[in-house]
Amino acid sequence: MTDISTLLAAREINLIMGNNRLLENVSFAIEEEEIVTIIGPNGAGKTTLLRVVLELLRPTSGSIYHRPGMSIGYMPQRLQLDATFPLSVKRFLSFADKGLKTGALGDALEQTGAIHVFDSAMQHLSGGELQRVLLARALLRKPHLLVLDEPVQGVDVHGQVELYQLIGRIRSEQGCGVLMVSHDLHLVMAATDRVLCLNRHICCSGTPAMVTSDPEYQKLYGHLALYQHDQNHHLHNKSCSHAR
Amino acid sequence: MLDDFLLRALIGGIGVALIAGPFGAFVVWRRLAYFGDTLAHSALLGVALGFLLHINLTLGVIVVCQLLAFLLFVGQRQRLLANDTLLGIFSHGALSLGLVSLAFMPDVRIDLMAYLFGDILAIGKSDLLWIYLGGGAALVSLLWLWRPLLAITIHEDLARVEGVAVQRVNGLFLALIALTVAVMMKVVGLLLVTSLLIIPAATARRFSSGPEIMALMASVFGCLSVAGGLGASYQWDTPTGPSIVVAACTVFLLSILIPAGRFRKP
Repeated sequence: MTDISTLLAAREINLIMGNNRLLENVSFAIEEEEIVTIIGPNGAGKTTLLRVVLELLRPTSGSIYHRPGMSIGYMPQRLQLDATFPLSVKRFLSFADKGLKTGALGDALEQTGAIHVFDSAMQHLSGGELQRVLLARALLRKPHLLVLDEPVQGVDVHGQVELYQLIGRIRSEQGCGVLMVSHDLHLVMAATDRVLCLNRHICCSGTPAMVTSDPEYQKLYGHLALYQHDQNHHLHNKSCSHAR
Repeated sequence: MLDDFLLRALIGGIGVALIAGPFGAFVVWRRLAYFGDTLAHSALLGVALGFLLHINLTLGVIVVCQLLAFLLFVGQRQRLLANDTLLGIFSHGALSLGLVSLAFMPDVRIDLMAYLFGDILAIGKSDLLWIYLGGGAALVSLLWLWRPLLAITIHEDLARVEGVAVQRVNGLFLALIALTVAVMMKVVGLLLVTSLLIIPAATARRFSSGPEIMALMASVFGCLSVAGGLGASYQWDTPTGPSIVVAACTVFLLSILIPAGRFRKP
């Protein structure tokens, strides 16, 4: 059922912890060079699902497929470094893999547009700089698949647009698949091929246009969804005027 | 030459400080101070075990520390209780159980103060062997685990995705901490052991641009504290273990007075 272009697949994943059913019959696959975004409200299990597909968390039932030999670049949601831990960005990047040369570290950071913080301390980075450094570390794995947990977290709106553009550019330059999580609705829609709307189970999935017009999605997000729909509309037809 | 008790104390103390530096850095980075305390508090139970089984007392302490580290490792994975609650139960439970079991052994007379606050002036040749062989082995193992441990300290999930055997490295690390704490006991006593892990490392932070430098500097500050504390104790006839800790605190306070701008501070 998985062909050679499938990088990763989740099959009927269920996760029960204590009395809580955190994930319910979740199935999806991600293909080469595809950007898939998981959206959903807080507590919908987005990060949990990422941890399951990364095999950091064992599901109660169901299975995970990784294409043999596939390398994953992972960007975690947050980094909680103790203030007492002296760590430069350069050194942080060097942990991505054994035997990485300084030049390669710089190249990765150049690619994500944060080369100016190469010698800074990790604790002194702004939100946007930190995300770019984390992304650079993921790229150093020479990934076939990038897994990004809330990649624009703590970044202002302008920076968010830039980051999504960067992710799109990386996808076409490196030819890698991207699986990301977001709770932001507005900007991510323009930057993704396929959306999975998660609320413990997958409510709906498809292209951004399909998902935003899905009743399940609108039920989940209420008037936010309608607003989003307009926005999306706007992105496709720049000239049209709105009567809301 | 080793017959001189003061020289033995200095050699033992320096050895402990050298080992404590790099371990202390990790204890600070990973916020394991309470964990170290808990292990140390089980020492009396180890002493009781030593008497009961007629084995070397240091060996008894090491065995009990290792057992406790293993129990904590398993207990933390259950996630039934908050970490500090779990540690609190084990910490005070172990200390009290140790005191109670010793009370059940009327033939055993031990100098409780020596165990609580250390007895560095009574360090013998076998203690030196424990410090330099046992502690040295712990230190060499730590260097072997250095890179994966740093990776886990930065971000556990990220390290795991990148191929680090997180559970194994963490388990080994806790066992090494337990060994170190047991070996350090003789010098500053079970109540003050973690101070020699934490204070020199905290002092070193301001002068360090990378983890390795911080670990080394922690060893240096530890050695200064041991030498200073021993000297002061000899001079003014004060209890030696606490004197070493007071010296460590003094070094820490003095280091704050040095302007931070003079050093790079990533």
